[in-house]
This record gives sequence, C-alpha cells and structure tokens, in this order.
Amino acid sequence: MTNRNQFKKFTGTEKYLTNRSLESAVNCAIALERPLLIKGEPGTGKTLLAEAIAAALELPLIHWSVKSTTRAQDGLYLYDTVQRLYDSRFGDGDSKDIKRYIRLGPLGQSFAAPHRVVLLIDEIDKADIEFPNDLLHELDRMRFKVLETGEEVVAKERPIVVITSNNEKELPDAFLRRCIFHFIEFPDADLMKKIVAVHHPKLDHELADQALAAFYRIRGMDRLRKRPSTSELIDWITVLSQSGLSDTRLTENLPFLGALLKKEQDHLSFAELVKTSQTGKRSSNS
Amino acid sequence: MILPLLFELRQRGVKVGMQEVVGLAKALSYGLHDSSLDEFYHIARSILIHDESNLDHFDQVFSHVFKGVPYAAQTLVKDLMDWLQNPLARPELTEEEKAALKELDVDELKKLYEERLKEQTERHDGGGYWIGTGGRSPFGTGGYHPTGLSLRSGQNTAPGGGRSILRTADARRYRAYRNDLVLDVRQLEVALRKLRSFDRNGQVNELDLDRTIDATARNWGDLEIVLRKPRRPNTRVILMMDVGGSMDPFAALISQLFSAAKRATHWKELRTYYFHNCIYGRVYRTEGLREAVSMRDIFKECDSRYKLIFVGDASMAPYELLGDSWAMEEEDRISAVHWLIALRNHFSDSIWLNPDGREKWGREYWSNSSWSGSTVDTIARIFPMFPLTVAGLEEGFQSMKRICS
Repeated sequence: MTNRNQFKKFTGTEKYLTNRSLESAVNCAIALERPLLIKGEPGTGKTLLAEAIAAALELPLIHWSVKSTTRAQDGLYLYDTVQRLYDSRFGDGDSKDIKRYIRLGPLGQSFAAPHRVVLLIDEIDKADIEFPNDLLHELDRMRFKVLETGEEVVAKERPIVVITSNNEKELPDAFLRRCIFHFIEFPDADLMKKIVAVHHPKLDHELADQALAAFYRIRGMDRLRKRPSTSELIDWITVLSQSGLSDTRLTENLPFLGALLKKEQDHLSFAELVKTSQTGKRSSNS
Repeated sequence: MILPLLFELRQRGVKVGMQEVVGLAKALSYGLHDSSLDEFYHIARSILIHDESNLDHFDQVFSHVFKGVPYAAQTLVKDLMDWLQNPLARPELTEEEKAALKELDVDELKKLYEERLKEQTERHDGGGYWIGTGGRSPFGTGGYHPTGLSLRSGQNTAPGGGRSILRTADARRYRAYRNDLVLDVRQLEVALRKLRSFDRNGQVNELDLDRTIDATARNWGDLEIVLRKPRRPNTRVILMMDVGGSMDPFAALISQLFSAAKRATHWKELRTYYFHNCIYGRVYRTEGLREAVSMRDIFKECDSRYKLIFVGDASMAPYELLGDSWAMEEEDRISAVHWLIALRNHFSDSIWLNPDGREKWGREYWSNSSWSGSTVDTIARIFPMFPLTVAGLEEGFQSMKRICS
C-alpha cells in the first residue's frame, strides 16, 4: 500500500523554488501514480520541474523531447531493421537474435529501468494531434508488448511521469482525465526576487530591485508580442552584472534590452512607450 | 461538502467525471490533503481541473461551496465514500458511467481508508505528525481529524489557515485564463483528418522493408535493398466561406473551422477564399473581401482533384442566386447559380457545409411548403449539403471519399 508516509515528498530543491500548490500537485501525482501535466507560459520552468523532482528524490531522469514528427511508437521501442539486414549481409554479430535489434525508446527505458525513474515527456503538444491518445494505454497500464519478440515490457516501479505542454494544440479529454494538472503561474515580485537570489546570490540589492522593477514594467506593457519571462530575466541580470554596471539607473535607458525583448516590434513599441512617458514627465515638470 | 463542489463544477461546464472523482477519493484516503482545507484545495484543483481556462470556475465554485461552512475533514471523505457506494441511486448518471462505477473497487478504497484510520490511531502518539489535541472520536462518526481543519497547527499554516485558502480562491487570479467560448477546435481538427489521403511521391529514399526482405530472399540471402518513394499527404482542399450579412451569427464557428483547417498538416494544399452571399465571378482572399481572385483563375489553377468545400448558410434573396450578376467583365455576368454549377462540374468532389440548423433545409424541408423554392433548396440540389457540425463534417467527408473511390 502506498501512502503519504512511504514516499518521499517533493519540496523543491535549492535551485528550484516551489509553492504549496505546485508541491501538492507533484505529491498528488506521485501518490496516485498518475502523470503530472504541467502547463504555463514559456520560460516559467516547466521542464526544469522534472529535473528538480529527479534531483530532489534522487531518481534518474529520462528526457523525451517530443517533436512534430514523433510517434507514440518511438517512445516504446524501435526495431532496427537496417542494422539487422546489414549484419545478416556482412556477418557482424548474430542477426538471428532479434532482441539485439530492439532499441527501447524513452518510455520503454523508463519501464525497463530496475528502479523508479522520472520520465519527462517534454512539449507533448508539438506532436500529432492523436499522439497523446496513442500513449493512453501504455501510461495507464505501464506495460507494452514488443511485437517482434513477443516479450512484454512491464514497469517494475511505475515511473513518475511529468508531461509539459505549451498549449499549441488542445489535448484530448480522455488523456486529460488521467492526468494531475498544474498550471505554473508567472511568479509575483516576491517569488521572483527569491528566484533571482537563487541564481545570482552575490547580486547587488540595488541592481536586483531596479532590474525587477524594470522587468515588471516591461511585462506590464500590453502591446508586447512576446512578454519576457523568468529565464529571460535571469539572462538579462547575468549580462547586467557581468558588464560591470554596478551603479546603473535602470529607469529610462535599459541596456542589453535584447536579452529581454526578442521581437523587433516589441523594441519599437518599448521605445515609443519610453518616449511618451518622457514627454509626459516634461510637460508635468513645466 | 464534495458533492456540491463536483456538481457545481459540472453545472458550469467543467467536465468532471468518474475518473476524477475516484482519483480524488483515492487521494483523500491516502491522506494527501493532510486534513487541511489548503491542501484539499490544491489537491482537488490538480485532480479535477485539466485546463487553465477552468481554474477560475474552480476558484469560484470552491469559495462558494466552502464559504462560511464549519467543515471538517472527515465529512469530505465520508461524503465522497457514501456517494461512491451508492451509484444506482443517482439517476443523473448515464449507463456508461454506472458501468464504470461498478468496475471500480470501492471496497478496496474503503478498506484503504479504514486502514489509514487505524494506522493513524496507532501512530498518533509517537509521531506527532497528525494534529489531534482535541479528543478523537471513534470510527463511526469518524475521521482522522476531530478537531477540524481550522484548528490545524504547525507547519506553515497561520492560525485559521483553513480560511486563507478561501482568500486565495476568492482572489480569482485565473480569471484571465478563462474562455467562455465553447472552443472545440480540436474536435473540428479531428473531423478534418477524415479528409486525407496519401500518395507516394518525391524522391526514392525510403526503405521498403517487405520488398527488401523478399528481394533478399530471392537473391539467395544476399542483401538487396529496395527503396520507394515516401508517403505524403495528397489532398488539396479549397475552402470557400460566406461572410457577412446573414452569416454574422456564425462568425465564431467559421473562424474555428478556419483555424482548424489552417492547422491541419495532413493536406498538401489548402486554399481559402471568402465571398459574400454567393459567387459572382470572383472571390476574395481576405475576410474583408479584399484581394479579389477571378473565378476563371481558380478554374485555371486548380484541376478537378481539388476538393471543394463551401461554407455558408445558402440563404439569400432569390434574385441574388438566379438573377444575372453585376460582375465587372461582361462575360462573367451570368447568374450565381451558373457559377455554382460550373464549380460543381469542374471539381470531382464538392460539398456545402451549412451552419444553419438542418431542420430548415434538406429533404424534410421539402415537405414544408412555405419554404420550398428558397435558395437553400436550390443550392442543396447542386451540392450535397451537410450541417456544419462535427458529425456533419464527418458525414460530408465520408460522402466525398465514396465519390472518389
């Protein structure tokens, strides 16, 4: 019997800060042995979560990054026919043994692993619209059959499955029903401060506060095509601190803006905003 | 306490089904909620909700259901267990759901729950994990936490922590993620997949395994590689959409269909054109009826393999369909109905999708004399007409397949 005292609870790691609701979702998924579906803005650390879970629980991580051409079968196993044909022709190795040519995919590996692992199915929405449905059975039963050998791969210990989605495609209901869902919100200023502190422990307070203020001001602009996110903020602060700008006034002229804004239109609309705010100030001063 | 939560969620259109309920029951019987309302909120949310657009519904329902009620953890669990035990008394369940419920091992859940209770009783003194400063009541009325949620001490919950989550729920931070549109682009996408076919073309660079093995065997075991052309989608589609006027009520539906069609990757080519009312010599590339394309060009550019899909309510004044059109070029001034017939004859597969309800047209509609002779009817005799619903799409595509096979 599984119960809450028997599994190690996830509470984040040194580098990965969580909150109550994320922790409950993760622990719920572990206890109920259901896949954990993580959604959220790009750059809020969906993929990092799986790494953090693996690190915190000291389990190996198997990363399956899904592409538009990925099929469900790729996750289970591949039958390397070409190699087998090659071997049969040129005599390297025993081509009669079909097992030698079965290569387990990420899902297959996570089942076959001797111990519990964390399996990350990254960006599941990239794949074909039927992809999640094709995985339903395997994720439910945690077993599949290798047709070529008739062997069944059964999970000794159900892996902790973390699935991330960027919402490019809607996922099928039947799939969603089986998942524990968590939506990673964009961190508020306090949490962001902590996150920045984790990544830049030696950062000057003044600079950090100013950078954060500027960052949230930019995010608050409603005309942005792509709003900067946590990872961009971290990058930006790295650039700022490495460039030796210790005494900056990050109020009007923001250096290295390219680290935050990735689209040309966004730069333009930002310049426009700065301009209007400056003229506004001048008129109020006069 | 849980049931109102579930049913209110359902009422709001959040699809909470048996699978979620069972999951929640299991989580509670494991004691995951730690007998605090905070944890219960997070756990229930992560199990019941699958989409950020529903988070706001959940917050609202949660604060509505739990506000001002003196709750205790045990009632949560007990409610749910009772409910699961007695599914036949619930007329609102479909047969399918009842069957699903029967398969569930409710007893096992219950056993688990009871074991949990015993375990807790035993461990309580030593562990100090469970709060329990108040007297513990026996099983029957029972539950783990006689003192109730709000008295939960320790950890990081402030006094009266049970309420704080209501504040979280009340804040309704997820309002922005909500979408009240009943978006079913996915369903449309799945339906559009019906309309696909594949063809082998392009460079010969894919290993044909079966024929390779065959050839190798015939070659006395010497490897003989056979390659073939890769399989590629071979469906070309022309989508013609009526916009404006009587089509305005369906604008949202049309744009869903459009985005589903645009996202479909299984077509070799998709052309979309817009028109108003009917075809008069030209159609337009944009929704605002700009960038005109002459019908003659379409006839020239597209051969009969293209599949033509009209989307429109096919309702207009009779003269708009039958009268001579006011096209720019003299030779184009033929009536709209002639254009339609020309299109039908040019393309081997064509259908008309009508967002207007089916009861208004088609065969049934013939008997209704007051409507007979309308433009819908005339057009339905030119193109096979189907309702613009998921079922209608499937039916329509099926009919196209039949024609081409």
